[in-house]
Amino acid sequence: MRRVLLRLVLTLALPAVLVALWWVSSAGSEDVYWPPLRTIVKTFPDVWTGERWRGDVLPSVLRLAAGYVLAAVAGVALGTLIGSHRRVRAVCEPVLEFLRAVPPPVLVPVIMLFAGIGDTMKIVVIAAGCVWPVLLNTVEGVRAVDAVTAETARSYGITGVAWLRYVVLRSASPQIFAGLRQALSIGIILMVISEMFAASNGLGFTIVQFQRSFAIPGMWTGILLLGLLGFVLSVLFQLVERRALGWYHGLRAAARRPG
Amino acid sequence: MRGANAALGAAGLAAFLALGEAVPRLGLVEREYFPPTSRIAGALGTEVADGAFWTALGDTLTGWALGLALAVGAGIVVGVLLCVVPYLRAATASTIEFLRPIPSVALIPLAVLLYGTELKSVLLLVVYASFWQVLIQVLYGVQDVDPVAEETARSYGLGTWARVRHVLWPTALPYVMTGVRLAAAVALILAITAELVIGAPGLGARIAVAQTSQAVPEMYALIVVAGLLGLLINVGARSVERRALAWHQSVRGEVTV
Repeated sequence: MRRVLLRLVLTLALPAVLVALWWVSSAGSEDVYWPPLRTIVKTFPDVWTGERWRGDVLPSVLRLAAGYVLAAVAGVALGTLIGSHRRVRAVCEPVLEFLRAVPPPVLVPVIMLFAGIGDTMKIVVIAAGCVWPVLLNTVEGVRAVDAVTAETARSYGITGVAWLRYVVLRSASPQIFAGLRQALSIGIILMVISEMFAASNGLGFTIVQFQRSFAIPGMWTGILLLGLLGFVLSVLFQLVERRALGWYHGLRAAARRPG
Repeated sequence: MRGANAALGAAGLAAFLALGEAVPRLGLVEREYFPPTSRIAGALGTEVADGAFWTALGDTLTGWALGLALAVGAGIVVGVLLCVVPYLRAATASTIEFLRPIPSVALIPLAVLLYGTELKSVLLLVVYASFWQVLIQVLYGVQDVDPVAEETARSYGLGTWARVRHVLWPTALPYVMTGVRLAAAVALILAITAELVIGAPGLGARIAVAQTSQAVPEMYALIVVAGLLGLLINVGARSVERRALAWHQSVRGEVTV
C-alpha cells in the first residue's frame, strides 16, 4: 500500500509542480505571446466546440489513420517480399536507403503537383512518409528470422500462408513494431505540415489560422490539443504493442533476469 | 559476395534512374509534374553552379549542426543527472512520457511568433525534436549498467564522478551513439521542415520558392540534394558510431523506443 502510494506521488508530483509553476508564473502575464494559463484553459472550451471537433479534429485524425494504415500494409507487404529474397534485397538496398533519407516533409510540394490540395494529397503524403521506417524495419526483421526456427518449421511442412503468418511475420514483429512506432511520430508531423501548407480544415490549418490572426490564447489551446493528441496516440500504440508483443517482452525480461 | 551485392545494388540504382527517365518520356505521367531523370540532372547542374544554392545548403547545415549539438549536450547532461540523483528518475518518468510524444511541429506557430524566420526558430524545433531521442537512449543505457560492476566500483571507494566516468559512461556509450544517430536524422527532417513551412533561409525555403514559381525540375533537384544530405548524415553517423565503439566487444542490439 505504501509503495503504491509512493509511486503515485512520484508520478504525479512533478507534473503537478510544473503546471502549478506555469499557472503562477504566467498569472499576471502582460506578454502577448505568453498569455496566463488561466486564459488558455478558459478559452479551450470556447475554441474547441463540437463543431470544431467534427470539422477539424476528426478529418485530421481520419486522414492520419488512412495514411498510416496504408503505409503499414504497403510497408509490411513490400518489406516481407524484399526481405525474404537475398537478391531482391541486394538490388533494392541502395535505392531504398536513398528514398528513406529524403526528409518526408519535402514530399508535400511534390505530391501537391499530382494530387492537388485535397484529402488525397494529405493521405498520400502521410503514407509516403510513414512507409519507409516500416518497410526497412520489416526487411531487417524478415532477414533475421532464426535459422533453426525456419528449418524446424520447414521440416514440419509449414508453408504458404501459415509459414508467413506464424514464422516470418511472428519473428519479425518486434522489428515491425519498432518501425510502426517511428512511423507514428512521422505521421503526426506530416499530418500537421500537410495541413499547414494547403488546407481548408484540420488541426494544423486551424492553429496556423489562429497564429496569423494573432488569436494567441486560441493558438496555445491548439498547441496543447496537438500535444494531447500525440500523447494519446502514443499511449494507444503502447497498449496495442503490449498486447501483440507480450510474448516478446516476457522473453526479454526472462533473459535479463540472472540465473 | 560483397562485390556481387554491390553490383546488384548498382544495377538496382541504374534501373531506378532509367525508370525515372522512361516513365515521363513514354507519357505514363505528366511530364510537367514528373520530369525525366536527365532534366532533373540538368537542373541539379545549374543549382550547383549557383552561389545562392551553396548559401542555402550552408544555412541548413548550420541549423542542423547547432541544433544537434545543443540537443546531444543537453540530452546527455540531463540523462546522466536524472540517473545519478536518487528518486529523480522516478519523479520525472511521467513528465518525460508526456512531453516526448508531443509533436515538435506543434511549436511552429510559437516559433514564428517568437523568432520569425530567424535561425532561432529552426533551432527551437530541431532541439525539441532531437533532445528526446538522445535523452531516452541515455536513460536506457544507464539502466543497462552491470550491478556487479557498479557494486565493485562502490566498494573500491570510487566517488560519484569517477563512477559516472568509468562505469556508467562506457556502458551507456553504445546507446548514446544510437541516440545521436537517430537524433541526426530527426534534426535534418525538422531543420528542412522549419525552412519549408516557416520560410527560414535554407534548402527547404528554396524548395518552397521553386514550388511556388512552378520550377518543377529545380524542385526535384533540390529534393534529391536533401535526400543525398540525409544519406550522407546516416552514413557519417554510422561510421562515427563504429569508430567510437571500436573497443566494444560486440555490436549491441538497438533498443526499440
